[in-house]
Amino acid sequence: MPQFLKNKKTRHDFVTYGLVILAFIVVSFMQANHMIPRMIAGQLVPICAYIVMAISLNLVVGVAGDLSLGHAGFMSVGAYTGIVAAMSLAEAVPNDGIRLVIALLVGAASAALAGFIIGIPVLRLSGDYLAIVTLAFGEIIKEVVTCLIVGVDERGIHALFNLTGKLTVDDLGLTETGFAIIKGAQGAAGTETISSFFAGFLLVMVALVVVLNLVRSRTGRAILAVRDNRIAAESVGISTTKYRMIAFVVSAALAGAAGALFGNSFSQLSATKFDFNMSILILVFVVLGGLGNMRGSIVAAAVLTILPEALRQFSDYRMLVYAIVLIIVMIATNNDTLKNLISRVLPKRTSLEEEVRADA
Amino acid sequence: MTVFLQYLVNGLSMGSVYAIIALGYTMVYGIAKMLNFAHGDVIMIGAYISFCVTSYLGLPAVVSVLAAVVVCTVLGILIERLAYKPLRQAGPLAVLITAIGVSYFLQNAAQLIWGATPKNFTSIVSFQVPAFLKAYNVSAVSLVTVVACLVIMAALMWFTGKTKMGKAMRACSEDKAAAQLMGINVNRTISMTFAIGSALAAIAGVLLCSYSPVLQPTTGSMPGIKAFTAAVFGGIGSIPGAFVGGILLGIIEAMAQAYISTSLANSIVFAVLIVVLLVKPAGLFGKYVPEKV
Repeated sequence: MPQFLKNKKTRHDFVTYGLVILAFIVVSFMQANHMIPRMIAGQLVPICAYIVMAISLNLVVGVAGDLSLGHAGFMSVGAYTGIVAAMSLAEAVPNDGIRLVIALLVGAASAALAGFIIGIPVLRLSGDYLAIVTLAFGEIIKEVVTCLIVGVDERGIHALFNLTGKLTVDDLGLTETGFAIIKGAQGAAGTETISSFFAGFLLVMVALVVVLNLVRSRTGRAILAVRDNRIAAESVGISTTKYRMIAFVVSAALAGAAGALFGNSFSQLSATKFDFNMSILILVFVVLGGLGNMRGSIVAAAVLTILPEALRQFSDYRMLVYAIVLIIVMIATNNDTLKNLISRVLPKRTSLEEEVRADA
Repeated sequence: MTVFLQYLVNGLSMGSVYAIIALGYTMVYGIAKMLNFAHGDVIMIGAYISFCVTSYLGLPAVVSVLAAVVVCTVLGILIERLAYKPLRQAGPLAVLITAIGVSYFLQNAAQLIWGATPKNFTSIVSFQVPAFLKAYNVSAVSLVTVVACLVIMAALMWFTGKTKMGKAMRACSEDKAAAQLMGINVNRTISMTFAIGSALAAIAGVLLCSYSPVLQPTTGSMPGIKAFTAAVFGGIGSIPGAFVGGILLGIIEAMAQAYISTSLANSIVFAVLIVVLLVKPAGLFGKYVPEKV
């Protein structure tokens, strides 16, 4: 065994990478042989985006211990800047793959900037107050995007802020070759769908490598210390704001890249898609997958996206069933009486807290 | 000037609805220390019950409000017993996700029972408003809402300040273990709080839908979130805080809609909340509790 694999945590990380690669190979093989139902095949790119979102939110909620309810906002920033980048470079960069990479980078950079600006006020708070302020920022981003009208022609990108709701695409004053990219409340329309499942897989790998290496580094240990006991961490000279900010900005950047991937996989996308419910959806992935457990987040994001699709035959009842399953799982994994009962049946199961510590 | 007063009246009446919801929120948060995301959906259920009683059974409005209050109270107690009580010892995130599960459940159950098409809610009050008030856009609903809000706040202040149950609630919100040692039945007190919160939600639901008559399964979610914002704004856990927060939020929203932008009104409300929390981290009326080692 090579030297670096002697470390138990490193081994654990490499198993995670291996499982993701294996899953990609299996799914690609199934796709090539038409073994995947059409309904789910169309969901492959969004699933990758959700997985990256879950990993990135897990960094903030599970590793840094700050409950964020506005993560969809960063996804929205990344999605729209990513769409604008991809659409406006359509002629300059004809290769779809390179254009997608540029779009992802632009999405990540702008979301990271948004994360930094929002992080300054947000990280002064903690607990439920932090949660409600991130929720507020998520809603603000959604409404601001709804007011944007963006178009491009050979003179460059034109943008309008539609404060009164009276402006239309015509007010951009585009030349004949120009076209609108974001049309206010209608959102982005006519986007070229350049995202591919392979790109999604690569982004998941990048997100995993970034987050797992961050968590294992000196910085990551500082972030964990701040989560476990802020006052103790401060007393040994760890700047709590700095390390929470690092987690917050890295997470926002990954969410932005996920948004760009997501945005470029639909020809039509309105800003209301990235609302409070989207933030909650991602949070459910994180909590059900296990706080601080990246492997769990990936599984939860994939399963919980496919599950409602698979339940489509019970059309009317599927969300009701989903809600009941959610409540039952939360009670079964968190109620002491039930936990004791489960541990009696499966005696070797480690407790949840131990798992969080081992995985984080 | 008249136009300004009209906007102010709109803000006051919407603010009173927010205040009633926020009062329920603040009671529940004060004692259970949880973000009860299902609160907004209890509002929606209350409105549907009232709608059914008046439209399908043809009973008078007062009966429909009573029916809504009774159903929501029972629903609130049931939710607490079945979903939240098993998680008394669990972390806040587990409770939060469960509350979200309950919220999804109520929305989808409502959609199955009543369908996704919006119902047209007829206002529960329809008396004539004096002409001089009408000039300022004062409607019967807004008068009833403001009065109801004031009465509810006064009643809650009296209840938590003077009665034995109210004192027990305050004790539980300070320190549950100590309250239990003093012989307070903590479980019953928490159930009682949920009952009161849900009853208020029912009243708020009926008033909300009398004000803006579109009733659908998602009716409650946005007012629920805004009312929670109002409660945080005023200092969560504080009854006068929830009242002032609700009214202020309604007025800010009405003014933002009138003078700045309709599509950005929610953003402006949330921006004000953020500024308030940065200047006064515990809200306008909240007590700041320093962290102890």
